[in-house]
Amino acid sequence: MAVLVIADHDNASLKDATHKTVTAAQKLSGDVDVLVAGTNTAAIAAEAAKIAGVRRVLAAESAELGQGLAEAFEALVVPLMANYDAVLTPATSQGKNISPRIAAKLDVAQISDVVEVVDANTFVRPIYAGNALETVQSSDAKKVITVRPTVFKAAAEGGSAKVETIAAPAAPAKVKFIGQEIVKSARPELSGAKIVVSGGRAMGSAEEFQRVIEPLADKLGAAVGASRAAVDAGYAPNDYQVGQTGKVVAPELYVAIGISGAIQHLAGMKDSKVIVAINKDPDAPIFQVADYGLVADYKAAVPEVMDELSKIGK
Amino acid sequence: MKVLVPVKRVIDYNVKARVKADQTGVDLANVKMSMNPFCEIAVEEAVRLKEKGVATEVVAVSVGPTQAQETLRTALAMGADRAILVQTDQDLEPLAVAKVLKAIVAEENPELVVMGKQAIDGDNNATGQMLAALLDWPQATFASALEVGGGKAKVTREVDGGLQTIEATLPAVVTADLRLNEPRYASLPNIMKAKKKPLDVKELGSLGVDTGSRLKVVKVTEPPKRAGGIKVETAADLVSKLKNEAGVL
Repeated sequence: MAVLVIADHDNASLKDATHKTVTAAQKLSGDVDVLVAGTNTAAIAAEAAKIAGVRRVLAAESAELGQGLAEAFEALVVPLMANYDAVLTPATSQGKNISPRIAAKLDVAQISDVVEVVDANTFVRPIYAGNALETVQSSDAKKVITVRPTVFKAAAEGGSAKVETIAAPAAPAKVKFIGQEIVKSARPELSGAKIVVSGGRAMGSAEEFQRVIEPLADKLGAAVGASRAAVDAGYAPNDYQVGQTGKVVAPELYVAIGISGAIQHLAGMKDSKVIVAINKDPDAPIFQVADYGLVADYKAAVPEVMDELSKIGK
Repeated sequence: MKVLVPVKRVIDYNVKARVKADQTGVDLANVKMSMNPFCEIAVEEAVRLKEKGVATEVVAVSVGPTQAQETLRTALAMGADRAILVQTDQDLEPLAVAKVLKAIVAEENPELVVMGKQAIDGDNNATGQMLAALLDWPQATFASALEVGGGKAKVTREVDGGLQTIEATLPAVVTADLRLNEPRYASLPNIMKAKKKPLDVKELGSLGVDTGSRLKVVKVTEPPKRAGGIKVETAADLVSKLKNEAGVL
């Protein structure tokens, strides 16, 4: 049985989520192919070919694939599935957009947000915002799976798979790309960052959020995150949101500042290796998951942490 | 233009789900149930389209047990015109729900389906995309803004790293993300009025749709708990522990 991984990329470079999804795919089969669909695919496919254990890389180039239109991905992937027993996509917003459409066309269930591959038919996935883990056994002949990339180790480099160009489908007739605003940032990307510094509602304003959270993040070379409360209050942009309804992160170090730790936020960061919480409320639920808790007003504590970091050369 | 809004009855957003001791699922006995928050946003958006004169009728539909009538009454109180319950005690998977909704779309002929991007119980984030696929309609998922006019839906979508705008030719399926709007609270007079609005109950079996399950739930367990950490007294202590003990700096 061969399996297909749909690569995560931004039409410029391959994202690490692809390597992690390959690891999940390798638990299903030794024959893993990677599909790179979008624009600038020659360069991205060459990167994918270096992932150890990948059998073949398929590259399909079109503007609509590059725009992530689900209808284009459906037209591309559904016919390819004659050759595969499973298709795995990282559970990014793009993966979540396209994968169920492919599943429905194949008349199979989607197994969403898989965190563990037990065997070729059995998978574990979080439900109820991560408050429960469901083990499901699929009876479908073909599996359509989205993978929570943060829980899988990235597959190593060192492979030299063959790259094969395949035809892209015609542009979808009923949907058209108008434009996009992608936030440009010198900081690492939130979902793949090794360190994340997040601010909560306690910041009180967008200015305060920028004044407190961003310098600390920059000092640590970290990505910036926010709780839903902070995003809803307008202190931080939408794509900073960490939580069940935002991004799920699992960095080496997660620093939560002025975040109480609502269930929905914990669902997005509780798999981080080390969690630090700074909050003036000693009873804040965030302290129940924090490895290191500092009960203090962030206004005093963050500048002190900055000073201490300077002392150790950060 | 008719707008169809599928809604789901789920555990209330503020209630912590508890796994049953026998690992067969999550304990929902005597737990507060409400409309899925993303479905509320979808209802609100549909009602706003009607208030703007874009939509002429808003029809709410739910696939679920008798008690889902309460959820539909909430949609009616928010401003939906009428409701349909496809009654079943089975816990249907997203693909099955999409097939049921396709059958309802065939009866109702809406030009737009607006629904939540995911339900907070199964967290699948799949039904809207599946419905669009089964209907061969365009989809616009994770909407944070929606404009409808001239036979098109212009949708701003939340994507990785920012926002994307696409234009879908109607009929289409739009799934609502959190920031699409802030749903209203139904007023008492509207709650009273909602009791008199039509609510049609159909048996699932009457639709002739294959709703067989494809996934067998082997078990439902609690996630591993994080071992409790320690409290540090000072910022210096914190940085020292992160460097020397945790080794993450």
